[in-house]
Amino acid sequence: MYQYDQYDQKLVDERVAQFRDQTRRYLAGELPDDEYRMLRLRNGLYVQRFAPMLRVAIPYGLLSSKQVRMLGHIARTYDKGYGHLTTRQNIQFNWPTLESVPDILADLASVQMHAIQTSGNCIRNFTSDHLAGVAADELVDPRPYCEIARQWATLHPEFNWLPRKFKIAISSSTTDRAATRVHDIGVHIVRNEHGELGYTMYVGGGLGRTPIIGVKIRDFLPEADLLSYCEAVLRVYNRLGRRDNIYKARIKILVKETGAAKFAELVEAEWAQIKDSYLKLTQADLDRVKQHFSQPGYDAAAANDTTYTAQIAANPAFAAWTRRNLKAHRVPGYSAVFASLKAKGVAPGDIDAAQLDAVADLAERYSFGEVRVTHTQNLVFADVQRKDLYPLWQALAGLGLATPNIGLLTDVICCPGLDFCSLSNASSIAVAEEIFERFENLDDQHDIGEMKLNMSGCMNGCGHHSVGHIGILGVDKKGEEWYQITLGGSSSNDASLGDRTGPSVSRADIADAVQNLIETYLAERHSEDESFLACYRRVGMSPFKTRLYAAVEAKA
Amino acid sequence: MSTTLLRNQRVEADDYTPLADDAALPASGKVIVSYGRWQAEREALLASSLAIGVKLPNTVDVAGVLPEIADRPLIALDFPAFPDGRAYSQARLLAERFAYKGELRATGKAVVRDQIGFMVRCGFTSFELREGQDPAACIQAIHEFSVPYQQAADHARPVFLRRRA
Repeated sequence: MYQYDQYDQKLVDERVAQFRDQTRRYLAGELPDDEYRMLRLRNGLYVQRFAPMLRVAIPYGLLSSKQVRMLGHIARTYDKGYGHLTTRQNIQFNWPTLESVPDILADLASVQMHAIQTSGNCIRNFTSDHLAGVAADELVDPRPYCEIARQWATLHPEFNWLPRKFKIAISSSTTDRAATRVHDIGVHIVRNEHGELGYTMYVGGGLGRTPIIGVKIRDFLPEADLLSYCEAVLRVYNRLGRRDNIYKARIKILVKETGAAKFAELVEAEWAQIKDSYLKLTQADLDRVKQHFSQPGYDAAAANDTTYTAQIAANPAFAAWTRRNLKAHRVPGYSAVFASLKAKGVAPGDIDAAQLDAVADLAERYSFGEVRVTHTQNLVFADVQRKDLYPLWQALAGLGLATPNIGLLTDVICCPGLDFCSLSNASSIAVAEEIFERFENLDDQHDIGEMKLNMSGCMNGCGHHSVGHIGILGVDKKGEEWYQITLGGSSSNDASLGDRTGPSVSRADIADAVQNLIETYLAERHSEDESFLACYRRVGMSPFKTRLYAAVEAKA
Repeated sequence: MSTTLLRNQRVEADDYTPLADDAALPASGKVIVSYGRWQAEREALLASSLAIGVKLPNTVDVAGVLPEIADRPLIALDFPAFPDGRAYSQARLLAERFAYKGELRATGKAVVRDQIGFMVRCGFTSFELREGQDPAACIQAIHEFSVPYQQAADHARPVFLRRRA
């Protein structure tokens, strides 16, 4: 993985010193509240319902064991012993004191980590495919491009005070696992008909109050021009993006109000001015970063293992886990292993200090000392050889990280909701737990098959509800928690926004509502091969709606 | 109200006077007029013996108005609110793309120690500090970061060029 050189390290250290001084001045009453708020947000620090929350960047989701141990140390030392993985490959600590944050940042800097631009109206953490470098359907490893772009965006002098936050995701595989179409800029790495590498560029996607799927503004951008093109998009946005209304300030609104074709023209005109500038990447620049992501030393004999099949035959629980939590690896004899952070009685995405320490050890023992975090709030050991799958499973099971539910109904994407967040209207974690308990039976879940249930506590949409196959959005109705349901959303290649079923349902009815939707699907589907999403797209809203509201009314 | 002016990384006396749109022209000296007044009274202003700087609103497309202002000895760009960063883009275009060599002045609510480093990087050369700012701390803040990732208008040698060497 990428290793900081003296420059990267110095910049992060200097950012810690700068933030320490900003915090000191704030506490001394020298810095106005609203200005400190904007400055601390640019270093990931929120003040939440009960305490400050610090969001730490995990660039494109990649962590070394050493970094994971440091996250455990921070959870133990400054927090209540755990952290929370977010839907954008960050980790949040919900209980640090404001005064301790500069020390936390110094600890992070000691392992090449930071919280720079994890919030605020600036360019945020770059996200990517959690299977980068190992997926069989990958064109090239997207991580070097992410790292190059991360450096370009870090403390960019022109774009640190944008109209609104700005999120960029980069994907390089046939299946989009990075939800690129719901980002302000979505980058697909592609090869053109001449065999040259480049990018298809999407802009104006986003979730939140006005969810929109991004539009393509360029079919093919040459490989060397990634930064100049992003800079052109950002410059047009910084100049023309709305600042009169926070709800209309994202680039998606600018693209919509300008028209995609006209917006593309503005970008192209700006890009023409800068494409041959210093922003053009050289082969040496690319190679220098690419060498950090060279393949680890895979064992050529890994595929010869015979113990694995015997263990599958002997142990049904292990077999169930391998069916759900392993993904194909491009190297024979290796698998990418998902550790599920969606267990009974645990808030989705939460991980405690002991688990973090153990994950660091397991990564060293079984996966070249690296682990990834996913936007679905799970962990991935990307390079595990076949003979190690059984002991890894045993260890994960002992840690409560082996729930065999990846991609199933209980693999819920969920924001912190009313329990932590001061923006939230309604609980999300408690609803997730109720749904977990109801659908815990794995046979039922396997029967339901591929399912994305996404839940947000408010319309800011941190739980990506708009792109859930089933989306649940918490709304406030006269001080009570209600839930708006959408069906048919997707953040993959066939990206779409969910359709509202109708009136929201109450807290008491929401788990029943999910069950009714699932039962409708089971009754309507052609066969077990037709997923919930495919079935919904075929039969439409009507049967789901009829059953859902008949049940709600019958109860009322 | 007198503001503190930083220029050449030190406090300097402000040789320019802001001139209200309805104020009479002084006989001599240096003034800063609004872009509106510059457009409306350009001939009369040029006929005076004044040195005339122009202050642009941050909503103006710099490329579009360049021919009208390129020969001014001073262009002031405005930050009407602390988080409104439009003038950063205006400054980079003037300083980098259009090679403006006059005084590029930052004015308004964001001209504080916490943003001045970015302003220097985007090509501003003088700063009307917001009231209550400590000039020494602002000068120090310009050097808070020793190596930038990006090339910009301040000609600091960016990391990627150092690595190529």
